[in-house]
Amino acid sequence: MLDRPARRAHAGARLQLLRGLQDPPRLLEAAYDVTAAALRRVRRLLVPGSGAARFVAWTERVGKGAIFDCRMCGQCVLHATGMTCPMTCPKQLRNGPCGGVRADGHCEVHPERCCVWVQAWDRSRRMRACGEDVRQILPPLNHSLHDTSAWVNDLHRQELLAPRAWPR
Amino acid sequence: MAPLKSGSRLEHVLRSGRFAVTAELNPPDSADPQSVYERALVLSEVCDAINATDASGANVHMSSVGVCALLTRAGYEPVMQVSCRDRNRIAIQGDLLGAAAMGVRNVLCITGDGVQAGDQPDAKPVFDLDSVTLLRTARLLGEEGRFLSGRQLDVPPRFFLGAADNPFAPPFEFRPLRLAKKVEAGADFIQTQYCFDVPRLAEYLRAVRDLGLHERVFILVGVGPLRSARAAEWIRTHVPGVVIPDAIIRRLAGVPAARQQEEGKDICVEIVRQVRELEGVSGVHVMAFRQEQLVARIIEEAGLLPRQPQKR
Ligand code: SF4
Ligand code: SF4
Repeated sequence: MLDRPARRAHAGARLQLLRGLQDPPRLLEAAYDVTAAALRRVRRLLVPGSGAARFVAWTERVGKGAIFDCRMCGQCVLHATGMTCPMTCPKQLRNGPCGGVRADGHCEVHPERCCVWVQAWDRSRRMRACGEDVRQILPPLNHSLHDTSAWVNDLHRQELLAPRAWPR
Repeated sequence: MAPLKSGSRLEHVLRSGRFAVTAELNPPDSADPQSVYERALVLSEVCDAINATDASGANVHMSSVGVCALLTRAGYEPVMQVSCRDRNRIAIQGDLLGAAAMGVRNVLCITGDGVQAGDQPDAKPVFDLDSVTLLRTARLLGEEGRFLSGRQLDVPPRFFLGAADNPFAPPFEFRPLRLAKKVEAGADFIQTQYCFDVPRLAEYLRAVRDLGLHERVFILVGVGPLRSARAAEWIRTHVPGVVIPDAIIRRLAGVPAARQQEEGKDICVEIVRQVRELEGVSGVHVMAFRQEQLVARIIEEAGLLPRQPQKR
């Protein structure tokens, strides 16, 4: 039996393995598109708050959690961030890197980690279709959608994905 | 000359094609207004606008709103820095209205350093908005007269909007594109991080010109004196985003300790003269942490005087 910290480290290593899937980003981009298309087919079943919607949220938490370290922000923007989750940036920046990125490409806040946006930029260059989406201006996050399914929100709650006066 | 959008004197200087100078006021750890006025007096003689920093480096000082209230009261021209680190969209929109009512016309929208960099690393980081969404929010207030929520304002504020940029931090190819986002979101002017590497800046400006951004935004290059070789070494290891090439540190270390401050000032003057020649540079932004007395000498020796008096 492993003790707790060791178990956690073990799980961490397994997760890291899945994180490796983020390179190359093309594969993920394709997988993401396939999933989105499949969910669009069963759109009517995925009413927000329903059991089906909760199930999708659960698969997101587990699946995207393992691959992207998803934080369940409820408004997935991976296409515009080089298939790299912007919520893992300590400042949760969705529009690009802060000015504090270190000369070695590491994060201002956590010097031992690579800057999320250095990775995001690099991966966006290797995406197939949506790499240029990294130039888009993304709206501020709707914090009331935290912990809900981004897939479902995308299908049914478009009006909540930007503040009311935000230019669309 | 394009019509002024804000009534800002900084905007007036820039749009009339003059080389602009802004300077940073180090906010006091004090409740005494005099400490702000003493610093403003030194700076106002030699620059077009005074930046009031918003807990820069995540260290608490008198707030930028407070400093701006004092400065506008005395007729100075402030640039109010607004960082996303400490306040959410409710507080920020309210502060923007209050600032406009006090006569603040220039607002610099920045993300802000992480809380770990400052004297209260145990604080909660907010980052509800980021610099880009903050710019667009400020523009929404001014141009459409609406809050983010859509609620209508009675009298909208008029702002000359600024943003920061750091041409010296990776990912280098993304930086000009991020600048494009900021311009698209509403930035009228840019103040950059400290420049100690002119070739790097020149490369960045080339990419900026290729995107045509130099015609849509005024770029003020950040400059400042290094006090000593040791201080330079400390800054480059501890202050996020400041890049100081080895050559500069060697040059400082090459003179006796007593002369290093003078040498740091000389380097700064040289950098101002060099960046002035670059196409797409509209001014300089002088930041002299705890060396305010040097600001006037730098601006004078760089040949940027006289300037129009700032006081109304
Ligand atoms: S952007 Fe949001 S939904 Fe997408 S992976 Fe990151 S936290 Fe999850
Ligand atoms: S350095 Fe990169 S990861 Fe770290 S806070 Fe800045 S943008 Fe985010």
